[in-house]
Amino acid sequence: MTNVVLTGVGGQGIVLASTMLVEAAFEAGYDVKANEVHGMAQRGGSVVAQVRFGEKVFSPLVPLGQADFLVALEEVEALRYAGYLRIDGVAIVNLRRVVPVTVSAGDARYPEDVDKRLRTRFEGRLVLVEGERLAREAGNVRTENVVLLGVLSRFLEIPLQLWEGVIAHLAPKRAVEANLRAFSLGRRVGYFGVPN
Amino acid sequence: MRKVLLGNEAIARGAYEAGVAVAAGYPGTPSTEILENLARYGEIYCEWAPNEKVALEVAAGACWTGVRAIATMKHVGLNVAADPLMTLSYTGVRGGLVVVVADDPGMYSSQNEQDSRNYAKFAKVPLLEPSDSQEAKDFVGIALEISERFDTPVLLRSTTRLSHSRGVVALDERKAPPAPSFKKDPQKLVMLPLYARGRRRAMEERIAPLREFSEAFPHNRIIWRDRRVGVIASGVCYQYAEEVFPDASILKLGMTYPFPDGLIMKFAEEVEEVLVVEELDPFLEEHIRSLGIRAKGREYFPGVGELDPDRVLDGRLRWEGRPVLERPQEPGLPPRPPVMCPGCPHRGVFYVLSGMDVVITGDIGCYTLAVFPPLNAMDTLICMGAGISASMGMAKAGLEKPVVGVIGDSTFFHSGMTGLLDIAYNEGNVTIVVLDNRTTAMTGHQDHPGTGITLTGEETREARIEEVVRAFGIPRVRVVDPYNLEETRQILKEEVAAPEASAVISRRPCVLLHREYGPPYLVDPDLCTGCRRCLRLGCPALERVGRGREVKVRIDPLLCTGCGLCAQVCRFDAIGREEG
Repeated sequence: MTNVVLTGVGGQGIVLASTMLVEAAFEAGYDVKANEVHGMAQRGGSVVAQVRFGEKVFSPLVPLGQADFLVALEEVEALRYAGYLRIDGVAIVNLRRVVPVTVSAGDARYPEDVDKRLRTRFEGRLVLVEGERLAREAGNVRTENVVLLGVLSRFLEIPLQLWEGVIAHLAPKRAVEANLRAFSLGRRVGYFGVPN
Repeated sequence: MRKVLLGNEAIARGAYEAGVAVAAGYPGTPSTEILENLARYGEIYCEWAPNEKVALEVAAGACWTGVRAIATMKHVGLNVAADPLMTLSYTGVRGGLVVVVADDPGMYSSQNEQDSRNYAKFAKVPLLEPSDSQEAKDFVGIALEISERFDTPVLLRSTTRLSHSRGVVALDERKAPPAPSFKKDPQKLVMLPLYARGRRRAMEERIAPLREFSEAFPHNRIIWRDRRVGVIASGVCYQYAEEVFPDASILKLGMTYPFPDGLIMKFAEEVEEVLVVEELDPFLEEHIRSLGIRAKGREYFPGVGELDPDRVLDGRLRWEGRPVLERPQEPGLPPRPPVMCPGCPHRGVFYVLSGMDVVITGDIGCYTLAVFPPLNAMDTLICMGAGISASMGMAKAGLEKPVVGVIGDSTFFHSGMTGLLDIAYNEGNVTIVVLDNRTTAMTGHQDHPGTGITLTGEETREARIEEVVRAFGIPRVRVVDPYNLEETRQILKEEVAAPEASAVISRRPCVLLHREYGPPYLVDPDLCTGCRRCLRLGCPALERVGRGREVKVRIDPLLCTGCGLCAQVCRFDAIGREEG
């Protein structure tokens, strides 16, 4: 069984990325279950989605400490959900900081040492991704979610053409090409990301 | 064919396949996607009703013509629809009638976490609890069959984790619905006391045959494994039980009212200990114990909040007398609560209200987020409609401070109108603010009677809020644009000072509805004094940069929608748009 936890901030496309992973895993012949957040919690809040696939899946929720992959579109959110990752699991983290209102209002602090904490927490199992740069290169700054999906895809045994079919089917009509490019740029990042 | 479906998509598919002809509901997380998806099939009459009571009555009327019907709602919506439900249990049905109710354990998007299974026992109607997308689809058809066979409405209960989880579902063809017809039968369908007494007995008499059905129901089944412990679970908790007790025998219940007492007793006799893994109320556990079975559950699996595999594992460890796992949280992370979006039209109204010495009675919607700092502009909230009615109570109690009741447009039509009629009729001196953002925003932009568009996208009559207010006898109605702070402040001041009831309609579409953004605003760092006045708007596009005396504000151009509120509140002309 493969467990993936995806996280980020409402509006970053977590639910769409999770749906793409679900469909790709299903097309590849796995039993699959997933869970996502709707409604109130999506309004700029911390968002998490979970995908599980394998021979037979019961719970749609991943138990803590059992995720094989943590895919985070935002740095603090990677730390917030770090507890889901297995001891030997891989964290794929977008180099992006979205400041919560609690910080801009002065009630909380964005940890300035977040990059150091990411390296300590996920030592040797961390792939840092320049999502924004690659998304721009793909032609649409809102495709960071699919860039990270591309990175993840290198670790999974799901054939490339299944991914491409799913992305073409699920991406917004006008942005299909950009999403496919974003995915392929993500795949090229591979196992290493930017040096850390 | 097999497909991956969200629990709610699967419920819609089940209704489609079972030949449902009429479906009605009111949007509410986590139930909303059921009707949205059912409407896409195009062959079924689907509507957003103004509220859940209306939705259930529409579905009831339809089923009395012999066709199949469903009503969908969130848990608190069933409270609104409880009135028809309690007596529909007397009249029974002709075509099948299913009430789909989606509970929200953990209160991800709700004001309470009531366990709606209690309604089944209360109304004496059968209760089905699917545990994944496949069952969610299958149980709709089964529920309709039970409804027709036993002449009763049936409750199909989902939870957030079922409604918003995806799973693989095998699809079938649609059954053709019968043609509608109506046969007079006042003794069954007219519940005046004389006839209701007869139906009261019929309702009681169907429980025994329903219990027999439940005993033989294939989705109430035992999975035999090690017999030292037997776990009983229903709904999504069954999945957690499989995950955490892979070694134990499990009694999985798909139909949980009437209870299959014989099956439960047989299971209990064959295992050494019985554990009930159950979320929210001990609905199963209390009944199982009433059968004389020494079941345990609540002492290990908490009834407050949502269960998940980790909480169920903790319960198992406690039951085994082993230490619970430590799961250290990363310390010192800034909380990230949901916030009003950049450009949200509610922000202007609440910014103005936050500067006035008034009590604000609130209601259900995105605007409830105004309670948080920096706006701090909501003082009460219980349910839909109370934003208006509670303001009346405060004013009539003789509170010296002015009272402002706020309510959204969809919520106004849901249950705000009767409260407003009370204010008109009994002459309350309050100010009602209707936050008209032209949609039901929080649940994902559903239409309502005020938008002039139906669930299936057709144009229709548009109910006008100001005309409703005037028709009730309140002549003081003003409309403001919440992007214009000065106008909003002026008009709210005048209306709050007025010696009679008044209504202010704050009208501007939800910023996410059309996504037509103006060019972003910029802060001139030379003019910005770091006074942070603009940060009192609580806009996520505004960010504090620098430290101490060097504090400035920066606007994130990717987030800014160009609403211009920050430029209006800046006293130093430091916020503007790039020329040209």
